[in-house]
Amino acid sequence: MGNILSLKNIVKIYPNGVMANKEVSIDIEENTIHAIVGENGAGKTTLMKIIFGEEAPQKGEIYYKGKKVNIKNSLDAIKMGIGMVHQNLMLAPDLTVAENLILGIEPLRYGVFLDLKKIIELTEEASKKFGFKVSLNKKISDLSIGKKQRVEILKALMRDAELIILDEPTSVLTPQETEVLFKSLKDLKNHGKTIIFISHKLKEVKLIADKVTVMRDGKVISTNDVNQLDEHMIAHMMVGRKINFKRIHKAKKVGDPLFIVKNLSYLSEENIFVLKNINFEVRAGEILGVAGVEGNGQTELVEILTGLREATSGQIFIGKENISGFSPRKIREEMVAHIPEDRMKNGVAEHATIEENIIVDRYYQDYFSNNKNLFLDWKYISKFSNDLIEKFKILTPSSKAVILSLSGGNIQKVVVARELSSNPQVIIAAQPTRGIDVGSEELIHNLLKDARDNGIATFLVSADLDEVLKLSTRIIVIYDGEIVARFDDIKDITSKVLGPYMLGVKKKGD
Amino acid sequence: MEKFLLKYFNLIRAVIAILIGIIISVCIVYIISKEPGFSLKSLFLGPLLSKSRFGNFIETASPIIFCGLAIAIPFQAGQFNIGAEGALFIGAAVGTAFGVSTNMPAFLHIPLVLLVAGLTGAFWGFIPGFLKAKWNTSELVVSLMLNYVAYFIGLYLINFHFRDKAAGWLVSYKLPETAWLIQFVSGTRIHIGVIISLGFAVLVYYFLYHTTLGYEIRTSGFNIDFARFGGINVFKVIIIAQVIGGFIAAIGGMTEVMGIHRRFNWQISPGYGWDGVVVAIIGRNNPLLIILSSLFLAYLRVGGRILNLLSDIPAEMITIIQSIIILLITAEAFLAGWKYRITVREAKAKEVGHEPST
Ligand SMILES: Nc1ncnc2c1ncn2[C@@H]1O[C@H](COP(=O)(O)OP(=O)(O)OP(=O)(O)O)[C@@H](O)[C@H]1O
Ligand SMILES: [Mg+2]
Repeated sequence: MGNILSLKNIVKIYPNGVMANKEVSIDIEENTIHAIVGENGAGKTTLMKIIFGEEAPQKGEIYYKGKKVNIKNSLDAIKMGIGMVHQNLMLAPDLTVAENLILGIEPLRYGVFLDLKKIIELTEEASKKFGFKVSLNKKISDLSIGKKQRVEILKALMRDAELIILDEPTSVLTPQETEVLFKSLKDLKNHGKTIIFISHKLKEVKLIADKVTVMRDGKVISTNDVNQLDEHMIAHMMVGRKINFKRIHKAKKVGDPLFIVKNLSYLSEENIFVLKNINFEVRAGEILGVAGVEGNGQTELVEILTGLREATSGQIFIGKENISGFSPRKIREEMVAHIPEDRMKNGVAEHATIEENIIVDRYYQDYFSNNKNLFLDWKYISKFSNDLIEKFKILTPSSKAVILSLSGGNIQKVVVARELSSNPQVIIAAQPTRGIDVGSEELIHNLLKDARDNGIATFLVSADLDEVLKLSTRIIVIYDGEIVARFDDIKDITSKVLGPYMLGVKKKGD
Repeated sequence: MEKFLLKYFNLIRAVIAILIGIIISVCIVYIISKEPGFSLKSLFLGPLLSKSRFGNFIETASPIIFCGLAIAIPFQAGQFNIGAEGALFIGAAVGTAFGVSTNMPAFLHIPLVLLVAGLTGAFWGFIPGFLKAKWNTSELVVSLMLNYVAYFIGLYLINFHFRDKAAGWLVSYKLPETAWLIQFVSGTRIHIGVIISLGFAVLVYYFLYHTTLGYEIRTSGFNIDFARFGGINVFKVIIIAQVIGGFIAAIGGMTEVMGIHRRFNWQISPGYGWDGVVVAIIGRNNPLLIILSSLFLAYLRVGGRILNLLSDIPAEMITIIQSIIILLITAEAFLAGWKYRITVREAKAKEVGHEPST
C-alpha cells in the first residue's frame, strides 16, 4: 500500500536556537497505526506540529497522498484531512465542552446563527459513538485533566480526519478508558484511516501499533514492524540501556501513621457529594496508592489535602497535628510536597524561567534569600537549579530558559524536581510521571522508592495502574467519592483484581 | 556580527521603528505645512534648541517615569490597574493641602509632604486592590472610575478650601519655601524630583527582580493558580502591588507641584497617568527600560508642544504623528522574522561545527 504521508529531511530550529528536528525522514503508510517513541525532548511533538502546520520547518519536504504540499497553518492541515490531539491540550478554557467540540465545524441555522439543538445532538452522538462520557455543558476550566484529555480526543475523532495524530493521548487515561480509545482507533483503521500515535507507554505501542519509529536527539534511529520487537527492545533503542520494569512495593521499614485523613467529605457547588466520608492513613515509610477511574473524586481529594480546596467536613492530621483548613503555605511548611495532576494549570508558570519555577515554595527560606529573607540570592538559586537540571536530566540550554521552550516531559521533570527537592516528610503525588519517558520514569520511581525508604509517607494517585501496582505498599480503590476497597497485601493484586472495584461493580466491606 | 545583532535586537528594532516613524511624519508635515522645514525642525530638534526647552524635556520625563513605574508594578502582578492618573491627582491635591497648612523646617517638611501625598495615592490603589482580592471586581473598571472621583475630589479640595483668591485664577495657595524642591540647573526648571524619579526607577527594578516580595508579585502575574499552589498569599500580593503603584504615582504628582509650580494649578488632569500606561507597555514593565521610554515620550510631547506653538500644523495632526511613532515602537512582531532568520543561520552553523555531517 502507498504512503499517505512522507517527510523528507525535515529540519526545525526554534527561535532560541535549539535544533529540534535534524534531517528527519519518515514514511507513514496508509491505513496503519504508526507509533513514534523517543525520550523527552527527542523532537516528537515538534515533528507533529510541523505536519499539522503549527510550526514551519527551515528545510525539508512534506508529501501528502503522493503530492508535495506546503502546510502553512492548521487550517490547511484540517482541510487536507489531518486531525491532531495535542500534548498540551488546546481547548478554549472559557467555552463549554460542547462548544469546544464543534469549534470550527459549527452547525448553523440560516447560515448565521448557531444551531444549539444540533450542537447538542452532534456532540451527544459523537460521545456515544466513541464511548467517551463527557459532561457537555461544563466549562473546560472546571474539568480535571483527565476529562480535558477526553474532550481533546473526542474533538479530533469527531472531525472525521483521514490522518489523525495523537500526541500522548493516554497520559492520564485509566486502562479502561485506554481500552475504549483503542477500540475506536482500531475501528477507524478498519475504515481506512491512518493514525500516528505517540506514547511513552510501550505496552500500548505494542498493543495497538503496526509500525514504530524511534527518535533520539532530533533524529530518526529506526522504523520497524512492531511485531518484530518487544517492550524491552523498544525501551533499549530509545534510551540505549536496559530498563527495570519490576515492582518495588516491598517497603523496608514502615513506621507509625504520619498522614491521616478522618471522615472527610466534600459537597461540590452543584450540591453533589464528590467525596463521602473518606478515611485512610499513610504510614511513614510507605506508599499508599490510589486506584480509580479518573473523575471519581481524586482531583478534589488531592486539592483538599494540599490546601487548595476546603473540605465540607472532616480532618487531616500530620502525626498528631491537625492541619485541616491550613493554607497551602502552612501545609508546605509542614513538609508536604505536592506534584499536581495538571502541570500547565498550576504546576508551572509557563512564561517564567526554570529557576523562577523551582523556587516558588522556598524563595523566602534561608539560602534562597537572605537579610531576613527579603532579598533573593540568584547565585545560589542558579546553582541549586542547575544541580536539579543535572540530577533529573532536564533537557534545556540553561536554567534561565522559560518553561514554554521545554518539551512536555521536561516540564513535568521540573515540577517533580522541585517537589522532591523540598525535603518533604509527606509527598502527595498526582500523575507524577505523566508524559515522562521510560528512562526518566525509572529515575523518578527510584527517587520515590528512596524517599519511602527514608521514612517519607507518600500518597500516590495515578491513572496508570501499572505505576500504582509497581510503587505502592498498600492500595485503596476509590469509586464515586468513596473508598470501596483496601488492599494491605498487594503481592497478588493485578489490574484484573482491581478492575471490578474501580468500575463500581464490586465493593469490599471495611 | 550576527551575534551582535541578536544581542542588541530590541535596541536596533527601536531605532528602526523611530526612523520609520520619522519618515512618515516628514511626509505628513510636507503635505500639510506651508513651511515644512521649520515645522520638522521644531518637532524633532525643538527640545534641543535652547536650554529652557531642554529643561522642559527633562522635567516632563520625570512624572512620566513615576507613572510608568506606578503602572508597571500592578501590571507585573497581572493587575490591570490604570489608576495612576487619579492617584497622582488626588495625592498631589492632598499633599498640597497638607503642605500649605503646616510649617516646619525643610528637612522635615519635604519628606512629610511627599509622604502624605504618597499615602493618599496608596489608599487610592488600595481600593481597587482590595475589591479585586476580596470580591474579584474588575480592577480595570474600578481604577478607571476612581480616576474621575479623584479628579473631582481634588478640584473640590483645592477650589473650595485651599484656593488662593489673591492669585486671580483657580490655583491653591503657594507652598511655603520649606516644601519646595530645589531647581538646580539655572535657566531651566529641572528640579530634585527628576533625581528622585531616577532613584525610584532603580529601586523598583531592584525591588521587582531581587526581593522576595517582587518575586511574589511577578509570579502572581505569570500564573495566579501557580502562585497559590506554591503557597504565595495572592490576596496580599494583589493589594500590595496596587498600593505601591498608587504611592509612586502620587509621589510623581507631588514632586511636580513642589519642584515646578510650587502650588497646585491643575484644573484639568495633566495626563501623566495615561502616558505612564504607554511607557510601561513600551518598556515591557521593566523599570530601567521605562526610563528610556519615558525620555522618548517626553521628547515627543515637548517637540509637539513647540510645534503647536510655533507652526501652522494643527494640534490634532501632532497627536496623530506621535501616535504613529508610538504604535511602531510597541508593535511586538515588528522585525521578529528578521531576528529569527539570523537565529536559524547561527544554529545551523553550530550544528555543523560540532557534529560534522550526519
Ligand atoms: N517553543 C519552543 N521554543 C524553543 N525550544 C523548544 C520549543 N518547543 C520545544 N523546544 C525544544 O525542542 C526540543 C524537542 O521538543 P519536543 O517538544 O518536540 O520533544 P518531545 O519529543 O515531544 O518530548 P516529550 O516526550 O517530552 O513531549 C526540546 O529540546 C525542546 O526544549
Ligand atoms: Mg512532546
